[in-house]
Amino acid sequence: MKTLTQLTLALSVAVSGAAFASPEADQKAFQKFYESRFSQVAEGDFINGVYSILPAAREQWEAIEEFPPYEPEVEIGEELYNTAFANGKSFADCFDTPAQRENYPYWDADREMVVTMERAINECRTANGEKAWGWKKGKIAALSAYMSYESRGQEISVTIPEGDEGALAAYNAGKEMFYTKRGQLNFSCSDCHMYGAGLNARADTMSPAFGHASHWPVYRSKWQAMGTLHRRFGGCNTNIRAKPFKAQGPEYSNLEYFLTYMSNGLEFNGPGARK
Amino acid sequence: MIMKAALAAALLAGSLGAAADSVVEQGKQVAFDRKKGNCLTCHQMEGGTLAGNWGPPLMAMKARYPNKEDLRAQIWDPTKRNPMTSMPPFGRNGILTEAEIDLVVEFVHSL
Ligand code: HEC
Ligand code: HEC
Repeated sequence: MKTLTQLTLALSVAVSGAAFASPEADQKAFQKFYESRFSQVAEGDFINGVYSILPAAREQWEAIEEFPPYEPEVEIGEELYNTAFANGKSFADCFDTPAQRENYPYWDADREMVVTMERAINECRTANGEKAWGWKKGKIAALSAYMSYESRGQEISVTIPEGDEGALAAYNAGKEMFYTKRGQLNFSCSDCHMYGAGLNARADTMSPAFGHASHWPVYRSKWQAMGTLHRRFGGCNTNIRAKPFKAQGPEYSNLEYFLTYMSNGLEFNGPGARK
Repeated sequence: MIMKAALAAALLAGSLGAAADSVVEQGKQVAFDRKKGNCLTCHQMEGGTLAGNWGPPLMAMKARYPNKEDLRAQIWDPTKRNPMTSMPPFGRNGILTEAEIDLVVEFVHSL
């Protein structure tokens, strides 16, 4: 009980102290929270999610990574990347290289919105007269998997442009989403992935949110397929009996902006494999 | 007459005992049901398996909660005592009915 109370206190200080803090100060406090709670985790290793804190499960996961379940998707994605649209152009006309992860998500000041890599993929399609793909799985996940694979090792370095009110508002909206309780079960993301990180809900250990945005899309054995980060957000919201928001809508895009910014300094290592 | 009354009294006591047992038993079912209390997600409780460790193990509850009403209040809305808690407000958010909460209180108090 004592430790629970202490943790709750530490968390409430981290959260409320962050209420008026700058994004830089938030980020420092956020990363420090995980680094001190899981001091055994090697620097940079939070990108491996729950496996960074569970040595026993990690072995099994590393065995899976030897024959990665996402490999066929990466190949499909490569083919999609190189296949010409009806107008003769291809993704290579939108992106100078498939290794794009480090450029996303970013704040588009002209359109006043957060642009994720998946959004950029679909915008490339529609700009070339093709229909947009569904946001959560299928072709978009395959192409995103290929592009992430090509981007492995890039550093997460999301920026919130200085003096841009809109960017700051988007960041703050994402932050609020992360810390606000919702749904019939009354959970915030932080209840599970900050306060609850490392604790077990039944047999599931909850992962630290530091590193959450590094490894998408993910092949999940539960899905038997790849899914995007926004698909996962929707799943976590559904689990707490909250109505999920739309994939790539402003709520989840801002959440991705906040969450990725919190992991600045870590490496992108997608695509991932998870339970 | 006297015999009959004693028998009736014994029967009454017996059935009351059985009724009390079954209230605890029913409370246990609500508490363990994944679609109802699902308390084992977070709490170890005697008789339950695959419990999580998010919340404290629930044991010696009569000592922790001499007053059942306090226990009921904790289950009905734990955010009253701790706004930051991750334990869901079973009564306030209508996750369980009032009657189900009464049953769960009886079960938890028996632990
Ligand atoms: C009731 C608990 C709970 C809540 C609330 C919750 N999650 Fe989760 N989340 C889980 C569990 C359990 C998993 C699977 C195990 C793991 O990797 O953490 C998971 C997995 C994830 C993952 C995948 C981690 C990985 O390494 O691939 C992300 C990302 C995530 N959650 C983000 C969120 C966000 C953002 C919110 C709020 C919108 C949220 N979660 C709310 C319990 C929760
Ligand atoms: C998602 C996690 C979760 C679930 C589900 C949950 N609890 Fe809790 N519970 C907690 C936590 C965490 C605490 C610690 C106190 C706090 O956070 O304020 C707690 C505390 C308690 C306490 C107070 C213990 C004490 O020593 O004072 C009782 C009683 C309790 N829970 C009963 C229940 C019952 C009954 C259920 C199911 C109907 C339940 N809980 C479901 C997380 C949970």
